[in-house]
Amino acid sequence: MKAVDRSPPVTIRGIAKRYGNTTVLHGFDLDVNPGEFVTLLGPSGSGKTTILMILAGFVRPNAGSIKVGEEEIVAMPPHKRNVGMVFQNYALFPHMDVFQNVAFPLRQRGVGAAEIASRVREALGLVQLGEYAERRVDQLSGGQRQRVALARAIVFEPRILLMDEPLSALDKKLRERMQIEIRHLHERLGMTTIYVTHDQREAITMSDRVAVMNAGRIAQLDTPKGLYARPRTRFVAEFIGESNFLPVELDGAAVKFGGQPLRMAETIGPSAPKQWLVIRPEKLSILNGHADPTLNQFQGRVREVVYQGESFICYVTLADGSEISVRNYSRGDALTRLPEAGQPIRLGLSPEDVVLVPEDSVA
Amino acid sequence: MTAVSLQSAAAPAGLNEDALEAAQRAERNWMMAICSPSLILVGIIIFVPVGWLFWLSLFDAQGALTAGNYLRLLEQPSYFKTLMMTFKVSVIVTVVCLALGYPLAYLLSQLPRRTAGILMISVILPFWTSVLVRTYAWLVILQRRGLVNDWLMSLGIIDEPLQLAHNFTGVIVGMSHVMLPFLVLPLYASMKAIDRDYLRAGLNLGASPTKTFWQVFFPLSLPGLSAGVVLTFVLCLGFFVTPALMGGGNVFMWSMRIEQTSRLYSNWGAASAMGVVLLVLTLGILWAFYKLLGTRNLLARGLR
Repeated sequence: MKAVDRSPPVTIRGIAKRYGNTTVLHGFDLDVNPGEFVTLLGPSGSGKTTILMILAGFVRPNAGSIKVGEEEIVAMPPHKRNVGMVFQNYALFPHMDVFQNVAFPLRQRGVGAAEIASRVREALGLVQLGEYAERRVDQLSGGQRQRVALARAIVFEPRILLMDEPLSALDKKLRERMQIEIRHLHERLGMTTIYVTHDQREAITMSDRVAVMNAGRIAQLDTPKGLYARPRTRFVAEFIGESNFLPVELDGAAVKFGGQPLRMAETIGPSAPKQWLVIRPEKLSILNGHADPTLNQFQGRVREVVYQGESFICYVTLADGSEISVRNYSRGDALTRLPEAGQPIRLGLSPEDVVLVPEDSVA
Repeated sequence: MTAVSLQSAAAPAGLNEDALEAAQRAERNWMMAICSPSLILVGIIIFVPVGWLFWLSLFDAQGALTAGNYLRLLEQPSYFKTLMMTFKVSVIVTVVCLALGYPLAYLLSQLPRRTAGILMISVILPFWTSVLVRTYAWLVILQRRGLVNDWLMSLGIIDEPLQLAHNFTGVIVGMSHVMLPFLVLPLYASMKAIDRDYLRAGLNLGASPTKTFWQVFFPLSLPGLSAGVVLTFVLCLGFFVTPALMGGGNVFMWSMRIEQTSRLYSNWGAASAMGVVLLVLTLGILWAFYKLLGTRNLLARGLR
C-alpha cells in the first residue's frame, strides 16, 4: 500500500448533540491538519466516542459541520463517507475468514478479483499477518484481530482513519507494542487519523496533538509535551499524569505558598482569583544539606514510603497540612538513603517547573 | 537460589498424590450420583415408550411376529400420499412462518427493549393458550358464516362465501399461527445477539444498508433461523389437533392416519409401525440439517 500523498485536513465546526435534555456535545470545534494524528482523550461520558460516531456517520448531530478537505460530509450516509474505522471490539465479521474480512470493503467498491487479492495481501503484510489470510476470526488472538481490523480499515485507502479505543481489550505489554506499531504505520501511510482513548499515557505516546475532553467540550488542545508540562486547567493537570495541587495566594505580582513567595520562570498575567500550584511528583527533589538557593523549598514530614520497583514514592505532609507526593528513581544509592516515615524532609522545585492553574469553573 | 531448589527437591515426588486423586474421584462420583435421578427419569419417559412402540410394531393383530405392518406402508399407495401431504403441509407452513417470522423477529430485535418486550408478549401469549381453543377460534373466524366471509360480503367484495376452513387453506392458516413462536423465539434470540457494531462496520466499509443486511446481518442470523426452521418443520410433521379440526377430514396427515388406525381399527401394530416411520424420518431430517449447517461454520461458531 502506498503512502497517501496528501490525506485531507478535517475541519469540525460547531458540532452539537443532545439526547433529550442531556447535551453531550456543546458546539465542538476541531481542526485536524493533513496527515496529523490527533487523539480525543477524556473520561467516559466526555463525548469523545460520540464525536467519532458522528464523524463515521452512525450518529446524526443536532448542528454543525464536518469538512474532509473541501467536502461537507455531515449529512452524508456512512457507507458513502469513505472513512476507515477501527472499532473497540474490532467488529470483524465472524462468518468470514481473515481474507474475506479485509476484502469486504474492496468488494463493495467493485474492485476486480485479482486486484483484491493483491491489495489484501499487501494490507495483511503491512500488519504482519501475511500468513493468516485463511484463518477464521475465532482462531486469532486479540492482538491479531486488532491487526486484521486495522488492515480492513486501511485497505481501501480511506480519506481519514478513525479509531475507537482499539487497544483497550489488549493486555499491557501488547498494548504498548501496538501503540508503537500503529504510530509507525501512521508515519508510513500519512493518513489523517483521529483516535479516541481514555488512557492518557496512550494518548501521549501516540499523538501529534491531544484534545483533552471534559463534559462535551475540549478542555485543552495541545502537543503531548505541552499538555504535560503546561496544563491550563486543573482538570487537565489531574487527568494527564500524576499531580499534586497546592493552594497559592496571589499578592500583586507575587505568588505565595504558605506565606513564602514562589520563584517562577515566567510571570503570570491577570487571571482567576483562585489558583493552584501543580507539581508532578518526579519534578520534586529530596534536598540534603546545602541546596541550590534558586530552588523553591518545601518543608514537611514523611508520612509513608512506597517502593514500586523502578522508583519509590514518598507521601509527605507539608507544614500547612497539605499532602504531597514525591517520586524518586531507584538509582545509585537512592535506595540505601530511603527516607523513613516520621522523618522531616526538605523538597526542592525548580522555577521552570512551577505551573499554576485556575480553579475549574463548575460547569 | 540453590538453597531453595534443594529444599523443594527434598520433598517426596508424589506429595499428597493419592489423597488428591481420591478427592477427584469422590467429586466425580458425587456428580454422577446427583445426575442419576434425571438420567433415570429421561430413560424411563423416552427410551421405554419408544422401545415399546418399536416392539409393538413387529406384531400383527393376532400377536404373531410379522413385518407386515411395515410392508403394508410400502404396498398401499394411500400411505405414500398421506406422507407426501404431511411433507407438503409442513413445508408450506414452515415457509409461511418464515415469511411472517423473519421480518417480525427482525423488527423485535431492532426495537428498544421495552417496546420489544410488549410486542413479544403478543407473540408468546397465544403460546400459553390451549391449541384447541386457538384452533376453534380460527374456525369461528374462517368458517362459511364466519367473520372474514361476513365482512367481505358486507363490503361487497364477494357474493358467495369463500371456502376458508375445512380445507387445505384452513390447515395452513391454523398451523402457521400455532407454529410461529417456535420460529420467532430462536430467531429473535440469535438476532438480538448480533452486535450492532457488525452492521456499523458493514456500512463504514462501504456496503449500502441493503448489502449490509444481506452480507452481514442475514448470515449472522442463520444459526437462529436454522434452529427455528428445523423446530417448526419437525413439529409440523407430527401435528395432530389443528390439521384434524381445520382440515375437516379433507386434509389427511400422518398423525391423523395413526390416530385412525389405533382408534378406529384398533390395530396397534400398524399404528406403532407408522409412529416408528415418523420418528425415523424426523431423526433423519434433523441429522441432514445438522450435516448441512454444522459443517458450514454457521451453527456453532456463527456468533462468537
